[in-house]
Amino acid sequence: MALDKETVAHIATLARIRVAEAELELLANELSHILSWVEQLNEVDTTGVAPMASAAAASLPMRDDAVNDGGCREAILGNAPRVARGFFTVPKVVE
Amino acid sequence: MSDLALLALNLTEARDGLARKMFSARELAAAYNDAVSKAKPLNAYITPTPERALAMADAADERLARGEALPLDGIPIAVKDLFCTKDILTTAGSHVLDGFHPPYESTVSDKLWQAGGVMLGKTNLDEFAMGSSNTTSWYGPVENPWRRPGDNRPLVPGGSSGGSAAAVAAHAALAAIGTDTGGSIRQPASFCGIVGLKPTYGRCSRCGVVAFASSLDHPGPMARTVRDVAIMLSAMAGHDPRDSTSAPVPVADFEKALTGDIRGLRVGIPQEYRVDGMPRDIEALWQQGVEWLRTAGAEPVEISLSMTKYALPTYYIIALAEASSNLARYDGVRFGLRVEGDGLEEMYELTRAAGFGAEVRRRVLIGTYVLSAGYYDAYYLKAQRVRTLIARDFAAAFERVDCILTPTAPSTAFAIGEKSGDPIEMYLNDVFTVPANLAGVPAISVPAGLSGDGLPLGLQITGRAFDEETVLRVAQVLENAASFRHLPSFLAGAGR
Repeated sequence: MALDKETVAHIATLARIRVAEAELELLANELSHILSWVEQLNEVDTTGVAPMASAAAASLPMRDDAVNDGGCREAILGNAPRVARGFFTVPKVVE
Repeated sequence: MSDLALLALNLTEARDGLARKMFSARELAAAYNDAVSKAKPLNAYITPTPERALAMADAADERLARGEALPLDGIPIAVKDLFCTKDILTTAGSHVLDGFHPPYESTVSDKLWQAGGVMLGKTNLDEFAMGSSNTTSWYGPVENPWRRPGDNRPLVPGGSSGGSAAAVAAHAALAAIGTDTGGSIRQPASFCGIVGLKPTYGRCSRCGVVAFASSLDHPGPMARTVRDVAIMLSAMAGHDPRDSTSAPVPVADFEKALTGDIRGLRVGIPQEYRVDGMPRDIEALWQQGVEWLRTAGAEPVEISLSMTKYALPTYYIIALAEASSNLARYDGVRFGLRVEGDGLEEMYELTRAAGFGAEVRRRVLIGTYVLSAGYYDAYYLKAQRVRTLIARDFAAAFERVDCILTPTAPSTAFAIGEKSGDPIEMYLNDVFTVPANLAGVPAISVPAGLSGDGLPLGLQITGRAFDEETVLRVAQVLENAASFRHLPSFLAGAGR
């Protein structure tokens, strides 16, 4: 599958990574090259084969529904670039 | 003992020397702190922690004096900078985690400290563990302590746990922990002439390990001998309720598995690993490995892992899809880098554009694409189905054999910049290592010889899930037969 510049720009928007217009062409070539390489998987007949999500046991373990952590707001906020009055802050969002 | 003599001891010897009071944990830690600082030209460490090392060594000395030694008391260990370490800078080799001081400790590193281990510092790695040459780190490339005789070009240590491998090989750490998503412990172990083990998926907790691809990430030990790695694994392994994929399986004393007796064991030799263009010396070493195991009483058996050629593309779809999801958390809000923009969306986009390097950006974009509407089935689901077939290959093989012998990597260490810019050429480094990540089975790399141009080569033993004991036992027989005693041209205590 060859990706064009518009598709790459769309993927970059989905991934929330700003990509300069001047880089789109090179990225489109690189990504197309990698995608055409992975497409060799189409040679494999996977009819009726179940997908494998993990090598771990299929069911997730359950634990008691009880609070066992928390109460550490300062520790959590300690790494934030911007905080105010015990909250993370972000630029103003006006829809 | 001189510092040089102290640094030359392996983990097992150092443990025994500490127990016999031949030297103190503080002396050992001081020698290693000095070695870490002398190893600076390799760029193996991002953040050395010498004061922490001395404090931990003092605590170990007190226990040793009381006769209450813990299994790793006084052993200086390097930690890949992908493991969160409480209040110590943790970078994942990325600009986007600038200034991140985790408020908690990863389970695996915590277990090492609970066992008496001494923390030397945080080692360099490919950004978010994405790479096979340790050249994608925001903190610069790591240099392999080995060079080709008569050739002064610096070589890559492999990746992504390249800093850990270089530190152990250069005697700037007694042992290290790494992570292996597609070969990131075993390939650098092979390139640097040390032992590296990727345990079974679920054996070592991922809690507190910065996530790359959650279904493929495996923490594991790196050290100078198979016995050292077995001792490390016994301390690191175990069920962790904070990782839902951690396996509630009992942990053996893995050192006890090293009986040296492999008589009657069946060793699979997969025909599909004879890939085109494999260097002749690697092919020859592999054959030599077969003979060593046969001489020790094992029975080589030709097997087929028919899906081998599809493992790499399968891996790249799954790993990149999971990475694009895992790396969504780097948004400039809660930790790390933030680049202000006009509004929230622009802040996200500018932060991530500035924070991610070229390889990480490429991988996140591909991962985003293969998960996007209309392509999910064609790429991601398809890869997951092929993954099932790859796991079945191993399951069928392990009905006939007890372990599998292959080369670790299709090449030796290469010079920085020697490869073309083609990402796929770099991905091919992992051709022999990714299948074990997809299937979740344990695999180890053991230094087994030198290439024609004088660089270390590893052989890989892969085993059944949760049968690290057989893997380690066979690996040690291989290690003894190979008796690899070569040292790199750069040793931290001695320089180059």
